[in-house]
Amino acid sequence: MLIPCPHCGTRPVEEFTFLGDASVARPASNDPASMEQWFEYVYLRSNPKGRFDEYVQHSGGCRSWLVISRDTDSHEVFGCVMAKDYNRKRKGAKP
Amino acid sequence: MKYSVFSLLKNTLSGHKNWAPAWREPEPRREYDIVIVGGGGHGLATAYYLAKEHGLKNIAVLEKGWLGSGNIGRNTTIIRSNYLLPGNNPFYEFSMKLWENLEQDFNFNAMVSQRGVLNLCHSDAQRDAFARRGNGMRIDGVDAELLDAHDVKEMYPFFDYKNARFPIKGGLLQRRGGTVRHDAVAWGYARGADGRGVDIIQNCEVTGIRIENGKVLGVDTNRGHIACKKLGLAAAGNSSEVAAMAGLKLPIESHVLQAFVSEGLKPYIDGVVTFGAGHFYVSQSDKGGLVFGGDIDGYNSYARRGNLPMVEHVVEAGVAMIPSLSRVRVLRSWGGIMDMSMDGSPIIDKTHIDGLYLNAGWCYGGFKATPASGWCFAHTIARDEPHRLSAAFRLDRFRRGYMIDEKGQGATPNLH
Amino acid sequence: MTSFRLAKGGLIDRNSALNFKFDGRSFTGHPGDTLASALIANGVHLMGRSFKYHRPRGVISAGASEPNALVELREGGAKEANTRATVIELYDGLAARSQNRWPSLDFDIGALNSLASSMFVAGFYYKTFMWPKSFWEKIYEPIIRKAAGLGTASREADPDKYEKSYAHCDMLVIGSGPTGLMAALAAARSGGRVILADEGSVLGGSLLFETEEIGGVAGYDWAQGVLAELGSMPNVTLLPRTTIFGWYDGNVFGAVERVNDHVLAPPPYEPRQRYWRIIAGHAVLAAGAEERPIVFGGNDIPGVMLASAMRVYANRYGAAAGQSVVVFTNNDSGYRTARNMLAHGVHVEAVVDSRPDAKAGAGSVQVLRGRMIAAVGGGKGVTGVELSGGTHIACGTVAMSGGWSPIVNLACQRGAKPKWDAAILGFVPPDVGPNFTAAGSAAGRMLLSECLADGATKGTLKGKAPAVPKCRDEAFAISPLWWVKESRGKAFVDYQNDSTAKDLPLAAREGYRDIELAKRYTTAGMATDQGKLGNVNAIAILAQATGRSMDQVGTTSFRPFYTPVAFGAFAGPFTGHHFQPVRKTPLHDWAEERGAVFVETGLWMRSSWFPKEGEGWLASASREVKATRGGVGICDVSTLGKIDIQGDDAGLFLDRLYCNTFSTLGLGKARYGLMLREDGIVFDDGTTSRLAEDHYVMTTTTANAAKVMAHVEFAHQVLWPELDVTYVSVTEQWAQMALAGPKSRATLRKIVDGLILSDETVPYLAAKEITILGGIPARLFRISFSGEHAYELAVPADYGNLVARALCQAGAEFGIVPYGVEALSIMRVEKGHVAGGELNGTVTAADLGLAKMMSAKKDYIGRMMAGREGLIDASRQCVVGIRPVDKADRIKSGAHILKIGDRPSMTNDQGYVSSVAWSPMLNMWIGLALVANGRARLGETVRVWDGLRGTDVAGEICDPVHFDRENRRLHA
Repeated sequence: MLIPCPHCGTRPVEEFTFLGDASVARPASNDPASMEQWFEYVYLRSNPKGRFDEYVQHSGGCRSWLVISRDTDSHEVFGCVMAKDYNRKRKGAKP
Repeated sequence: MKYSVFSLLKNTLSGHKNWAPAWREPEPRREYDIVIVGGGGHGLATAYYLAKEHGLKNIAVLEKGWLGSGNIGRNTTIIRSNYLLPGNNPFYEFSMKLWENLEQDFNFNAMVSQRGVLNLCHSDAQRDAFARRGNGMRIDGVDAELLDAHDVKEMYPFFDYKNARFPIKGGLLQRRGGTVRHDAVAWGYARGADGRGVDIIQNCEVTGIRIENGKVLGVDTNRGHIACKKLGLAAAGNSSEVAAMAGLKLPIESHVLQAFVSEGLKPYIDGVVTFGAGHFYVSQSDKGGLVFGGDIDGYNSYARRGNLPMVEHVVEAGVAMIPSLSRVRVLRSWGGIMDMSMDGSPIIDKTHIDGLYLNAGWCYGGFKATPASGWCFAHTIARDEPHRLSAAFRLDRFRRGYMIDEKGQGATPNLH
Repeated sequence: MTSFRLAKGGLIDRNSALNFKFDGRSFTGHPGDTLASALIANGVHLMGRSFKYHRPRGVISAGASEPNALVELREGGAKEANTRATVIELYDGLAARSQNRWPSLDFDIGALNSLASSMFVAGFYYKTFMWPKSFWEKIYEPIIRKAAGLGTASREADPDKYEKSYAHCDMLVIGSGPTGLMAALAAARSGGRVILADEGSVLGGSLLFETEEIGGVAGYDWAQGVLAELGSMPNVTLLPRTTIFGWYDGNVFGAVERVNDHVLAPPPYEPRQRYWRIIAGHAVLAAGAEERPIVFGGNDIPGVMLASAMRVYANRYGAAAGQSVVVFTNNDSGYRTARNMLAHGVHVEAVVDSRPDAKAGAGSVQVLRGRMIAAVGGGKGVTGVELSGGTHIACGTVAMSGGWSPIVNLACQRGAKPKWDAAILGFVPPDVGPNFTAAGSAAGRMLLSECLADGATKGTLKGKAPAVPKCRDEAFAISPLWWVKESRGKAFVDYQNDSTAKDLPLAAREGYRDIELAKRYTTAGMATDQGKLGNVNAIAILAQATGRSMDQVGTTSFRPFYTPVAFGAFAGPFTGHHFQPVRKTPLHDWAEERGAVFVETGLWMRSSWFPKEGEGWLASASREVKATRGGVGICDVSTLGKIDIQGDDAGLFLDRLYCNTFSTLGLGKARYGLMLREDGIVFDDGTTSRLAEDHYVMTTTTANAAKVMAHVEFAHQVLWPELDVTYVSVTEQWAQMALAGPKSRATLRKIVDGLILSDETVPYLAAKEITILGGIPARLFRISFSGEHAYELAVPADYGNLVARALCQAGAEFGIVPYGVEALSIMRVEKGHVAGGELNGTVTAADLGLAKMMSAKKDYIGRMMAGREGLIDASRQCVVGIRPVDKADRIKSGAHILKIGDRPSMTNDQGYVSSVAWSPMLNMWIGLALVANGRARLGETVRVWDGLRGTDVAGEICDPVHFDRENRRLHA
C-alpha cells in the first residue's frame, strides 16, 4: 500500500502509523454530563467496510498527522490531507 | 454415523460409498427460536452447546460463505491458557479443559495436540512480567514453568544463542498449550450441532436486523426474512458491520492479520514458540508445514490479505530467532480479519436490545477461545445472563472503567 | 547407462561437461541443463516419492509447477529441502538427494502405505485415532508427524547473504515469452522505464523450446533480436531468474531474483538472492499458460509427463524423455509433441485423442480418436498403456495434455476471482483495472499471433503500438476431458498430496461441497505447487460430482506466493546481530572505557554495571550504590526522551498534556510531571523544565520516548492546532548524566564556569543553562532519582564523553564511581520511585499514590475518563513497598501476594511484586508491589507466594520508600 503524503509524496505504508477513525472529535466540555460523549470519543469506533477517513501519522517521514481517505476493503487510497486542515474544514462545515 | 476405526473399516469395505453427509444443507425455515449469525468456530460452538448443554432445538446458524470460512479456517491453530489477568485466565483455562475432551465429545478428530507453548524473553523486565503471569496461572491451577536460557537451549538448540541482537534469556512454558487442526474444529462442531437438529445454512448473508420496541424480531437475509426470538451475533471481523444493522456502534476496529505456512518439512520444531524481541511465532503442523505469524498490518481492513512490509517484518524476526529458517521457503500467506477491541479482550454479553446477544472483540485470540466462547455464549443466550466465566467480558466495562488490558496499551486496538 | 541425450539441438553447451551427484551417484550434464533435464538425459526418471502413499515419481513438468521431483539440494547450513529439480540450474559439483523415502528412493518402506490406501482416503484421519484418548499424542501423532513432511531442513545457520532492493518503473512486464517481449518492446519504445522479469534462467519463455517462426526467423532468434534491442536501451532493466511472487496494494510487486543459485556458492560479497519490491505504474501479466495433466489410472508413473514438458526436455535441453512415446491429449497442442519427438527421432507410438472428431494430425503417427488411456503399465517407469476399450500399446513414456490454464495467479491475489472461459477451457484473469492487465496466453489467447498483438497493445504506454511481426499460427481446439472414468488404478488430481479422482466425490458426498471445503478435506491444491497443475481438474471433478458448472464451483483463493520464497530473501541483511539497529548513547565510549557491561534496552545499549575484577552484577551494583550514597556516582541517563517545546502557548499546551500544571512553573525550575492517556490511565512520567517564558524541555521515560513524541504531535496537530507551539525531539542531541551523592556538588563545582554552586544559586528543582569546562554549553538540573543530593547535567551530544571523563577526574578525590542501570534501579526501589514495573499501562495516578497531582482546574488528556467507577474503585491494586519479614528471605519480582492463611487461588490473589532489589543500604531484598487496597494495609504481614519458582515467604506491606523516608539526603 502506498500513501500520498502531502509533504513527502507517495511513500510506502510502513512509514506510517495508523490511529484510526477520524470521525470522532474530542469533546470540549469537562462537565460530568458530557461523560457519554467522552465514552464515545475514547471507545466507540465507526468501523465501516468501505470508504473510511482515518488519522495516520507519517512517523517515518515528516511526522505530520494526516487524515487519509481509504477503502478498508480494496485498500484504495482516495486522498490524504493534513489533519489540521481536515478538522478545520470539518468544523467549518458545522453551523 | 459414529466415526471410529470400525466405521472406517466398514466403509472401506463398501468403497466409501455409504458415508453419511457430515451435515445437511437445509433450506432456511421462516422462523427459529434462536438464530446465530456467523458459521465460524464461535457460532457453531454456540449452536452445539445450545443444543447439547441446554437442550434447545429450534436453532439456525447463518453463514454468509461456506462454513468455517472465517477466522476458524485461517488462524495459526494455537491453543493456550497462559493469560495474565483474572478476567481472562479462568475463562481460557476452561477453554483448555474443553479442548482436552473435545474430540471424544463431538466425535471428530481435531488433532488436539498439547506439545507446549513457549514464550521467549530477552530482558529482565520481560522475565519479571512472565514471572507475574506464570504465577497468575499457577495460582489458578494452570500449568506454567519459568525457563532460563539454558533450559530453552536444551529444548531448542537451533535457536540463535551466538549472534542474537536480543539474546534469549529464558521463557515461560505452558506444556498443556499446543495446536489443533483448525478446520476440523469447525467441522466437528458443525457435525455435532447438525446431528442435534441445528440448521446450518451456508451462503446466507444477513442484510438487516429487525427490531421493534427494543426487541429483536429477526433478520433479513439474501435468502429471505428469518424470524427469531433470540439473535446471537458471532461475526468476528464483521462484528461492527453486523452490529450496525441493529444500530450498535462497538468498541471494535477490524484489522488484518497475516499468517503464513512454509513448505512441508520433516519434524523441525516440536511445540509452539513465540519470539519476545519481535513479532514472530511458529509451530509445525502434523502435515509438516511451519505455521507462523506476527503482528497485524496495523490499519483498519476488511480485506483478507495484507501487505509486504509486514511479511518482511515477520520473517526478519523469524530468522533472527531461528537462523536456519533462512533456507526454508514460505509457501503461502493469507489474512484474517480481527475484531480488535479497545482493551484487547473479548465481549460476550447481552445488549440493551431485548433478545440481541453479542460475541465479539476476540482480537487475534479467538481460536483458542472457541469452546469456552461457545459454551459461555450459549449460556448467556439460553439463560439471558452472563456465565460466571465470562462475567468480566461485559460490554459496559469500557463505560464503567473495568477494562481487561493484558498489554496495557489502552484504547488503541491496533496495539493489542 | 543408456544416454537419452539427443544427437543435436537444445540450448546446452555440449562442449563442456558438468559433474553432479544425485543420491550419491555421479552423473554428467552440460551448462544450460537443469538437474531434471540432466537426469533425464542420463535415463533417470525416478526422482521422488509422494507424500502419503510414497509412490515412485518422476518429473511431470519442466518448470515451477513441478509437484513430484523435489530434492534436497546442497549441504550443511546451505541445505534446501523441497527444491524442484526442474528449476535447479546444473552447476559443477551439484549434489542433490531424494527425500521423503527410507531407506532409499528405489526401495521405500513407506510405500507400504499403498497397501492400506483403500482406507487412507480423504479425511480418514478425522474419523479415527480418537481411542484411547491418550494414544493420539503418544502414539498416533508422533508416527504421523514423522511420516509427514517432505524434505529435511537444516538446523544450521545459512552461510549465504541476501539483499533487498526497491525499484520504480512505468511498466513491469512479467514473463518474457512472445507476449512479454512484445509488451516490453512496446513500453520501452514509448520511452517508459521498463522492467522485464522472468522466473527462467534465460529470457525467452516458450520461445526457448517451441519451434514456430516469428518474422521469418526461428522464434528463438527473433527473441534474441528483441532482447538485444531491449538490452541496449538505458530505460530497460532485464531481470532473468526473477520470480514476481506477489501483487500488493498500490501496484506494488514482490519479487525474488536468484542471483547465485546457479553456482556452487555465491562469489564473495555477492548475495545468494535479492528481494525486490517493485512499484509499478503499469504492469502486464505475460506469465503464459500452464499445461494440465489428465486424470487417468497411473498418471503418476515415472515417465508420464506433460506434453509440453516433453518438448522442453527435447527441444531446449536435447534430452529425450524416452525412446518411445504415446501422446494422450484432448486438444491440438499435444500433436506438437508428437511432431517434435518424431523430428528428434523418437518413436511416437500413437496420439490418443479423446475427441472423436479431432482434426489435428501428426504426420505418419497413428491417431486414435475418441480413445483414452485407462491405465499405465509399470512401477518405477512406464512399460505401456492400456486404452479404454482394451487396446494395449507398449511405450516408454506418456505425454499428456489436458489443455491449458492461463497463469492468472498474480491478478487474483488481491481478491478478484478468475472467470471460466468455455472456449479455451480455462479460467481467465478478472479485470483488475487499467494498471495491471493480463496479455497473451495468460489472458487466454491461445494463438501466437494473438499473443504478439496483445503484448504490443498492452505494453504501449503512449503513442502507437509497434508493428507486430508475422507468424504462422498453429490451430488450437479443445474438448473437455478431465477424468477418464474407466481408469484402473489410482488416478491423481494432486500428485504431491496423493489426492485422487475418488477423493473429491467422497468429499462432496460427505458435505464438503464448496471448493474451499473440498480442498481442505482432500488437501488437493495444498501442496508445494499450490494446485498449479491439479486445481482445475479438481474443480471439474467436483463440478461433475455435484452437478454444478465450473463457474459455480469456482476456484479457491489465489494467494501469495506464486512460488515459495526463502525466508532469507524476505529477511535480507537484517539477520543475526543486524536484526535491529543498535543505538549507542553519547557516553558509550566513556562507559566502555570503564568496563561497563551493556544491556539491551529497546534498541539502546545501556551501561548496566561496571564490574571490577571478579565482581558479578550484584556485587558490582551494590558497590556502585554504596559508593554513590557514600560519596558520588555518575550515571548515563542519555536514553531518556527529551522533547524541546517552544512557543507562546507552550505552558498551556503542557497543562493539557500533563495532569498537573506547568504554566505556573517558575523560570529556571523543573517539575515532575505525570501524563495520562485519554482513557485516564498513566501513560508516562518525567521532569519538565522551564528554560524561558516560552521554552520548556520535557523528559520522558526511555521506553516511551517515541510514543510520547507522537502523542505530543497528535495533541497539537489534531486536538489543538490553534496553540502557538512547536516541538522537536532532542533525545539524540543531548548527552545527559546524573551526578548523585553527597559529593556531587563538590565534584560539579570543579567543572562549571563562573557559577558558585549552592542551594541558593541552584536549589532543589532548579533548571539552569550554564557553561562548563570553559565554554561548553550545558543544562544543569537539580533533580534526583536516587534520593541523593543530585544533579543531571546535559551537554551537546558530541561533548558527552569528554564531560563525563572530566567529571570522573573531578570526582576522583571523592572516590567517584560510574554506576549503571542496575545500581540506578536499586536506588529507585530504595526510594520507592515507580518505573516500568509499575507504569505498565494499567495503573492510575491514584494507584501510584499520585492522585493529588491531578488538577481539577483545567482540561487535560485523561481527566474525564480517569473518573470512571472502575478507575477509582477502592479495591484497585496500588503501589506499596514490600519486604521480607525475615531479612534473610528473598522475594522476587513476579511473586503474588496472598493473605496469611489463604490458599493460592485467583479469588484470593491480592496482587503481585512489581520490582525488587537487593538493598546494600538495608542489607535485604526489598520491593514494590501492587496490592489490592494496599495503602490501607501498611504493616500487614502477607504471603509472598512464588509457586513458579517454589518459594513462599512472609512479607510485610510497607511504605514504598524504603530508605531515607524523610528525604534528608536529598537536601543534604
